[in-house]
Amino acid sequence: MQIIQPHYHAIARTAQDYERMAMSGVVAVCEPAFWAGFDRRHPETFIDYFAQISEFEPKRASEFGIRHFCWVAVNPKEAENVELTNEVLRQMPEFLDKENCLGVGETGLHKSTPNEIAALEAHVELAMKHNQLVLIHTPHLSDKAHGTKKVLEVLAGMNVNPDHIWIDHVEEQTIEWVLDAGYWAGMTLYPVTKCSPRRAVDILEKYSTERLLVNSSADWGPSDPFTLQECVVDFRKRGHSLQEAVEIFHNNPCRFLGQNPKWDIKPIQITEG
Amino acid sequence: MLTPQQTLDTYYLEARRDLLEVAALLDRYDESVNRAGTPAGDESRLVILREAMQMLANPDHPQASRTKQLLEHFAKIS
Repeated sequence: MQIIQPHYHAIARTAQDYERMAMSGVVAVCEPAFWAGFDRRHPETFIDYFAQISEFEPKRASEFGIRHFCWVAVNPKEAENVELTNEVLRQMPEFLDKENCLGVGETGLHKSTPNEIAALEAHVELAMKHNQLVLIHTPHLSDKAHGTKKVLEVLAGMNVNPDHIWIDHVEEQTIEWVLDAGYWAGMTLYPVTKCSPRRAVDILEKYSTERLLVNSSADWGPSDPFTLQECVVDFRKRGHSLQEAVEIFHNNPCRFLGQNPKWDIKPIQITEG
Repeated sequence: MLTPQQTLDTYYLEARRDLLEVAALLDRYDESVNRAGTPAGDESRLVILREAMQMLANPDHPQASRTKQLLEHFAKIS
């Protein structure tokens, strides 16, 4: 089974995770830019961080035979520093040109403040200007429904191509809004605060899987990169074929990310017999 | 996909484990109240958990969307 981990914060994880992901069939990871756990104060901090995820992490992943791609953005939590956000946005195009950078992300909302909304709009505009994919973070827990509605409202007011937009961290109360609007929807599997592997399989069985992505978004908080594999196992345990699993956990990421020509991993077809 | 019987049989022990964790939390809270001699100043999370369990105890099915109901219910508090 070949798996793609489409949302993974490698910078926050040890090499052992790469090793174990390689053992369990992960062939590629995609690393969006995220909140470091504290609010950065200087644009240079972002620039060095973008360099780390576009230059160093691909080398670290390659030691385990894993391809590494990245995204760049100012995280919604840091959007309150407007001057910092604007300066980083000014320098971001340099990284959009990197050979493993797939687009703008993760942008999005946290508390849906005016500054966050302005930053989200600026990120989406930058992405459209440079013909890039967009990965959008929706808020956690009790902020999720309101924040997701606000994200959809912002996007509806912009001339976006829905095929190029991935709205992540959907759950049962938000997924229909995202799919009905024509965007790609990602389910993020956390041990406690987001969707679970079992619930993700329930969702995969309930909706057309054409525009669904599954990821672990493993980072420095309580998270586990192998919730993705746990989901694969549960999906197969319920009687779904190997090809059905490959379609969701390998080929769907290929279809969405392959809209950027830098993504050169193709969908696969299992030949049995 | 799983049959109704297979669904129950496959996930029963996990659900039992999860409910035991909830029971343990409630017991743990009672013990802490006994030690402290007074309940928490803000029991809203306890209230919302009990309301959630009442919602789950409702035998309506098969399109109850309980997960969605609970997510919307839990969003009432931070």
